[in-house]
Amino acid sequence: MEIIKTTGLTKTYRNNELEVHAVKQVNLSIEEGEFTAIVGPSGSGKTTLFNMIGGLDDITAGTVEIAGTNISSLNENELIDFRLKQIGFVFQAYNLIPVLTAKENVAFIMLLQGISEEERMQRSEALLKQVGLGDKFDSRPNQLSGGQQQRVAVARALASKPRFILADEPTANLDSQSTSTLLDLMAEMNEKENITFLFSTHDQRVIDKAKRIITIEDGKIIKDERP
Amino acid sequence: MMTTVKIAWRNIWRTPMRSLIVISSIVLGIWAGIFVIAFCYGLNSQRTMNRIESAVSHIQIHHPEYEKDFDSKFTIENPITLEKTFEADPEIKSYALRSLQLGMISSPIKSNGVQIIGVNKAQEKEVTNLYKNLTKGSYFETKRKNPILIGEVLAKKLNVRLRSKVVLTFQDNENNIISGAFRVCGIFKTQFSKYDEGNVFIQNSDLHRLIQSEGYHQAAVLCYSIEQVESVLSRLENQLKGATIKDWKKVAPELAYADEVMETWLFLIMIIIMLTLIFGIINTMLMAVFERRKELGMLMAIGMNKSKVFTLILMETLFLSLVGAPTGMLLGALTIQLTSETGIDLSIVGDGLQSVGLSNIIYPIIEPKFYFLTGVLVFLFTLIAAIYPSKKALRLKPTEAIRTI
Repeated sequence: MEIIKTTGLTKTYRNNELEVHAVKQVNLSIEEGEFTAIVGPSGSGKTTLFNMIGGLDDITAGTVEIAGTNISSLNENELIDFRLKQIGFVFQAYNLIPVLTAKENVAFIMLLQGISEEERMQRSEALLKQVGLGDKFDSRPNQLSGGQQQRVAVARALASKPRFILADEPTANLDSQSTSTLLDLMAEMNEKENITFLFSTHDQRVIDKAKRIITIEDGKIIKDERP
Repeated sequence: MMTTVKIAWRNIWRTPMRSLIVISSIVLGIWAGIFVIAFCYGLNSQRTMNRIESAVSHIQIHHPEYEKDFDSKFTIENPITLEKTFEADPEIKSYALRSLQLGMISSPIKSNGVQIIGVNKAQEKEVTNLYKNLTKGSYFETKRKNPILIGEVLAKKLNVRLRSKVVLTFQDNENNIISGAFRVCGIFKTQFSKYDEGNVFIQNSDLHRLIQSEGYHQAAVLCYSIEQVESVLSRLENQLKGATIKDWKKVAPELAYADEVMETWLFLIMIIIMLTLIFGIINTMLMAVFERRKELGMLMAIGMNKSKVFTLILMETLFLSLVGAPTGMLLGALTIQLTSETGIDLSIVGDGLQSVGLSNIIYPIIEPKFYFLTGVLVFLFTLIAAIYPSKKALRLKPTEAIRTI
C-alpha cells in the first residue's frame, strides 16, 4: 500500500531578488513497510523535502499525498491534527521536553490525541521497554545519554501509532555504539511490526541498513536503488 | 490538562533565579499597593472620624431657613418633641442641642471672627469629644460666670491664657448688637487648626441669657455606628416634618468627596503598579519563549495545536502571578495587622497633618473587597501580559524553530 506519494513537488525560496530552488519536481512513492534513506550532501534539499512530506513546510508546487490525503488541501489546524495522528517525528537533536520524564515525554503525544491516562501509561511503559529503557521511566532527558534520549524520541514517535516515521538525521549526534543500538532497534521494528521509516541522512551506517536508498542532489532525485 | 499544568509549573522553575526575581517584584508590588491602600484608607477614615467626633456628628438638624443666611431668628421648632424622638430611637446613641451665633471675639490686643456655639455641657460630652481635646483648663468646671472654651490657635492669636477675659460681640434675634464678657476656662486643640481658630464654646444658658431667647439652631445626633446613619436619617425624615435633616456627608461634603476621590486614586495607583509589573512579566515570558523556541517548534511539529501552545504560555504567566500575588497580599495583610495595632507615627510632620485634620499616628485599615479587587486586577493584567509572548510563540514556524540550535 502506498503511504507517501509526491507529484512534481517543488520548493522555491526567494532570497531578495534571487530564487533558490531547494526541491525541483520530485516524484516519489513510498510503500508501507519500507525502510528508506534519503541521502545527499548538505544543501541538497533532503531536509526541505522531509519538511514538506511532514507537512511542516509550505509547498511551492506539486502535491504530497499521505495515505491518499492531499495535505496541501488541509488548513493549518487540520494539518496539525493530521501530523499528530499520521506522522511520527524523530529529530536530529532529540527535542524531548526537558521538564518531563521519559515516560511523560512518550505519553505526552498521546495526551494530545486525547487517549485515556491508563492507556497512555501502559503504552508508554511498553514502548520504553521495547526501546530498551524499561529502567528509565522516571529519568528526565538531562539524566539520559544522547543515545537513550534518541530512543525515547523513537518511542515517542511510535506512541501516536503513526502511518510512518520521519527521522531527520537521527544519528548525527550519536556515537557509534548508540547509533548501532538505535539502528538495530528501528530495523527490528520495521521487520517485525512492518513500521515504515523514512530517513534523511548522510550517515553511512544508516545507508548500510536501509532497504531503499534515494539520492538527492540540487533538489532532484538522481538515484533510487534497492540494494 | 494536568500534564499541561505540570509542564507549565516545571517550566517556570527551569530558570529559578529569573522566576524568583519576577515573583519577588510581584510580591513587592502587591504588598506596596495593598499597604498604600490601607494607609490612605486609615488616613481618610481617621480624618472623617475626627471631624465627626469633634464637630460634625452623624446627623444635624436645623430650621429649614437657618442655613440660607444663618439668621439666628430661625430656631428649631418644638425642641422638646425633638428630644423625645431622639430618645425613642434605639439606634441614636446621644444628641446635643446647640445655639449658634456668628460674632466677634476680642482680647485687649486683637479680635477674630468666630462661630459662637452654645452647648449643654452634659449633652455635648456625649456627642463630641470636645472635653477630651482640652489641653489646658477644664470643661466648664468653674464657679466663675460666663466660662468659654477657645482653641489653642485662637488663644495664641488673641494672646490670651486661662482665666483671661475676652469679649463676645454678636447680634441677637432682633438684630441688636449684644456684647458679653467671658472668662477662658479651657483651651482645646482638635486635629483641625482652622476649626480651632474659628469656633468657641459657651454654655447655652449663658448665651440664652444674653439674647433673652431660649431657641436652639442645631441638633447634633450621634448613632451607635456610622453604618446606622442611613436608617436613622430615614426615620427622622419621616418623623420630623418641617426640619432640614442632613447626614455627615451633606454637612461636610468634603469628607464624602475625599472618600470618592481617594477610591479613584487608589484604583489608579493599583493600575500603575500592575502596569509596571506587567512589563517585568512580559520580559520574562518573552525570554522564556525565545529560549525555548526550538522546543515549542517541536511541540507544534508533533501535533500540539496553537490553542494548547497559547494555554501553556498563559499558564506559565499565570503561575508567576499566582505565586507572587497571594504572597504579596499575605505580606500586606500581615503588615496592616501589625501597624493597625501600633499605628504609624508621623509626628515628624505632625503640624502639616493637623492643618488638614489628620492625627500624628495613622492606623492603616483595608476593606476585604480590596483583596478581591487586587486579585481580579492581577488576573486580568496577567492575561494581558501573556498575550504578547503567546503571540510570539504562535508565530514560530516549526521548521525554523527546530533548526535553531
